[in-house]
Amino acid sequence: MRIKKVRLGGISVPLISIFLGLVVGAIIMLLSGFNPLINYLNLFSGALGTPNAIGEVFRSATPLILTALGFSIANSAGFFNVGLSGQALAGWLASVWFALSFPHLPGFILLPGSIIMGALAGAFWSGIAGFLRAYFGTSEVITTIMLNYISLYGTNAIVKGVLTSSDADSTPLVPIQARLRTPFLEKLTGNSTFHWGIVISLFMVFVIWWLMKKTTLGFEIRSVGMNEDAARYAGMSTKKTIISAMLLSGALAGLGGAMEGLGNFQNIFVNTSLPDIGFDGMSVSLLATGNPIGIIFSALLFGILKIGGLNISISSNTPSEIVNIVIASVIFFVGANYIIQYLISKIKTNHNSSKLISNSIKGGHK
Amino acid sequence: MKQEQTNHNYAIEMKNLTKKFGNFVANDRISMKIKSGEIHGLLGENGAGKTTLMNMLSGILKPSSGQILVNGKEVHLNSAKDATNLGIGMVHQHFMLVQNFTVLENIMLGIENTSFFGILNRQEAKQKVVNLSKKYGLKLDLNAKIEDVSVGMQQRVEIIKVLYRNADILIFDEPTAVLTPQEVDELLETLKLLASEGKAIILISHKLKELKAVANKTTIIRRGKVINTVDMANTSPEVLAEMMVGRKINFQRERKSVKTGKEVLKITNLKVINEQKIVKVHDFNLTIHAGEIVGLAGIDGNGQSELVKSLTGLKPIESGKVLINDKDLTGASPRKITHNGVGHIPEDRQRFGLILQMNLVENASLQVYNQPPYSHGLFLEPKAMVKMTKEILSDYDVRYSDLSENVGALSGGNQQKLIIARELSRNPSLLIAVNPTRGLDVGAVEFIHSQILKAREMGNAILLISYELEEVQQLSDRIAVIHEGTIVGQAKNEDLTESEIGLLMAGEKLENKEEIIHAH
Repeated sequence: MRIKKVRLGGISVPLISIFLGLVVGAIIMLLSGFNPLINYLNLFSGALGTPNAIGEVFRSATPLILTALGFSIANSAGFFNVGLSGQALAGWLASVWFALSFPHLPGFILLPGSIIMGALAGAFWSGIAGFLRAYFGTSEVITTIMLNYISLYGTNAIVKGVLTSSDADSTPLVPIQARLRTPFLEKLTGNSTFHWGIVISLFMVFVIWWLMKKTTLGFEIRSVGMNEDAARYAGMSTKKTIISAMLLSGALAGLGGAMEGLGNFQNIFVNTSLPDIGFDGMSVSLLATGNPIGIIFSALLFGILKIGGLNISISSNTPSEIVNIVIASVIFFVGANYIIQYLISKIKTNHNSSKLISNSIKGGHK
Repeated sequence: MKQEQTNHNYAIEMKNLTKKFGNFVANDRISMKIKSGEIHGLLGENGAGKTTLMNMLSGILKPSSGQILVNGKEVHLNSAKDATNLGIGMVHQHFMLVQNFTVLENIMLGIENTSFFGILNRQEAKQKVVNLSKKYGLKLDLNAKIEDVSVGMQQRVEIIKVLYRNADILIFDEPTAVLTPQEVDELLETLKLLASEGKAIILISHKLKELKAVANKTTIIRRGKVINTVDMANTSPEVLAEMMVGRKINFQRERKSVKTGKEVLKITNLKVINEQKIVKVHDFNLTIHAGEIVGLAGIDGNGQSELVKSLTGLKPIESGKVLINDKDLTGASPRKITHNGVGHIPEDRQRFGLILQMNLVENASLQVYNQPPYSHGLFLEPKAMVKMTKEILSDYDVRYSDLSENVGALSGGNQQKLIIARELSRNPSLLIAVNPTRGLDVGAVEFIHSQILKAREMGNAILLISYELEEVQQLSDRIAVIHEGTIVGQAKNEDLTESEIGLLMAGEKLENKEEIIHAH
């Protein structure tokens, strides 16, 4: 059992984790004197009840899909990219900066250009950690955490000092032709912030799935992640693979940031803390056990909880933070998957003559 | 009075012992009886159920049905502690010792005698250990740390540990796997001495020669069932082997005469240091020709790992030169070395040779995935990979149920055969094989040896590194002995006796044999 990586087959563990997470949320609501049933009804109607809410759910899932893919690709290569937030912020800044710098370019150049700049900035930021890890063995956990702070304050300094003229806290909106939000989508979803980014996210899901399964690079990334010694024995360059995986991871996080810059907010402003999409992306990926298709559903669930959570505090005096407890519990139970698997096998053992255990013993015997 | 009664009984007796894991029957109605003073061999292939049986005797597993009798009385073992209390002790194949504790501390570990406030009572323990050590002639350096003592002494520590716990029934699990021939002889003497003192001994071994030398009786098990229990005095090794695997086994390795060709591997003055900057290989010179097997004998930890890793590009070379087919490949990358015709059967198959969580096709393609026809540019060609995998797995008799199963699900023997299939199917002009049959049963060993010999007949050069001296002697044309990182002697296989090799392995000099030592 490797601890560093969460690698599971099937969807039973995520589903059970979600259920248990909701149960923990319910218990806490009960203890605090709130009615869990009504709150959960409010949550789901608030997230799925109107076209506007559904649009918001998709918008909120869009960057999460990208950061989660970023986390999962780094995790496949065997390391833990904690720097998704900083990389996303770098991508957000770069995309907005590029869009604001060339307001006269036509949309078919400016929009893709801004998106690509976001990806490159994210890749550059994670590449620093990848380079340090590959050549000096520096722990990527520490370097990415540090790089997060540099990204946060560096971005704020650039927003105040370079992108705004009078020390303002936010930049003007990006030119219309660089925006991902369109009147058509707004009309479709009752004026939500839903934007075309979802198409990019879904496309990237396909690209990453294909890359990991069908290309030599994906094969190398998976090999290095599962057994670095054997990968080296087989002649793969672990340095090159580590850096490639880290660059891809950061590029995806940067894309996630660009979704915020060109879609959700359409500008960049002084952030007091690192953007949530980075850390939430890790959670989304863990819940999906790194599976690209699973990440879509997992990101949507997070969108539902986040958007629906707002409705809890509108409809009752329950604080919307309860949703964070639910999310945290869900991730806790995913992390505790070993226990869940143990329980599942225990239940199965009682039901059908312990097939699971006998297989594992037989395996160990040969 | 009581003493007399027990004399009529067996020290330990198993009656119809059965262990099921779900539907899988690991042990099927196994019965064995061992008297005090008897050495009883237990022989069986990997997966035959020896470990399961012994785990039941030492309290780690509970039998599904059947009885265990100790001195004639039925016992129920619920933990390893119960077994210890009943005088059953096990000397494990992989030593269970704390590396940076002293010998004495390791022996005391777990049953420390403490006075007030938990202060260790070393003096008393020490006296007991010294007495035991004298009684059985097991030399120990009580104050040395385990990491500093030889493998042979580590094993003696394990034996004393068991005796210190007053064991009367001793189980030895493959005890000679890691020893030099001299140490093996000493161990066998110790076993005889222990038996003469009235201990009952169960000796698990693959090595028929050793069982033949010391065991009174041997029980052979196959697929969880007892095949037979035989008197060793009138049973030949061939019969034993046949009972073990269920078919005739050929022990004779036929080395057809092959004309050796040009130099394939030439190592000059190689020096390799490890991460702690300690010199592991130095002044190392070796040449291997086409059609020749050179066996490198030596005790584990004398620089073999570092040598192989440096030759295959996994470890940097400090100085010296490595020529393969006249091409300078000193310090080249593993991929470049592979592409220049080197196959490598690594020492630790699960750590280096395979990716256990990946499937058979992916593992079979590990070195070739990046070249046509298995990929074009960035794009893998799964069909070509599957086709190649099917072919080599059937050529090398790897048994599997599905190509998409993870390699981790294969048995150890089949995992090793997969590696051998992958390495030999590329027809490497130099094959570096490290412990190619470690932990495998005689059937698999026979097959792997025949493949290595076939590679030799095809005119390939083979460097065979093995801690099993018997294997080196069976296969090699020439034997070189490595000690503390350098070759201390080499000669034609026929010119070196087993005891001479043993002396060289232990770092002794051979008198009157100077010419052999420096012969080339």
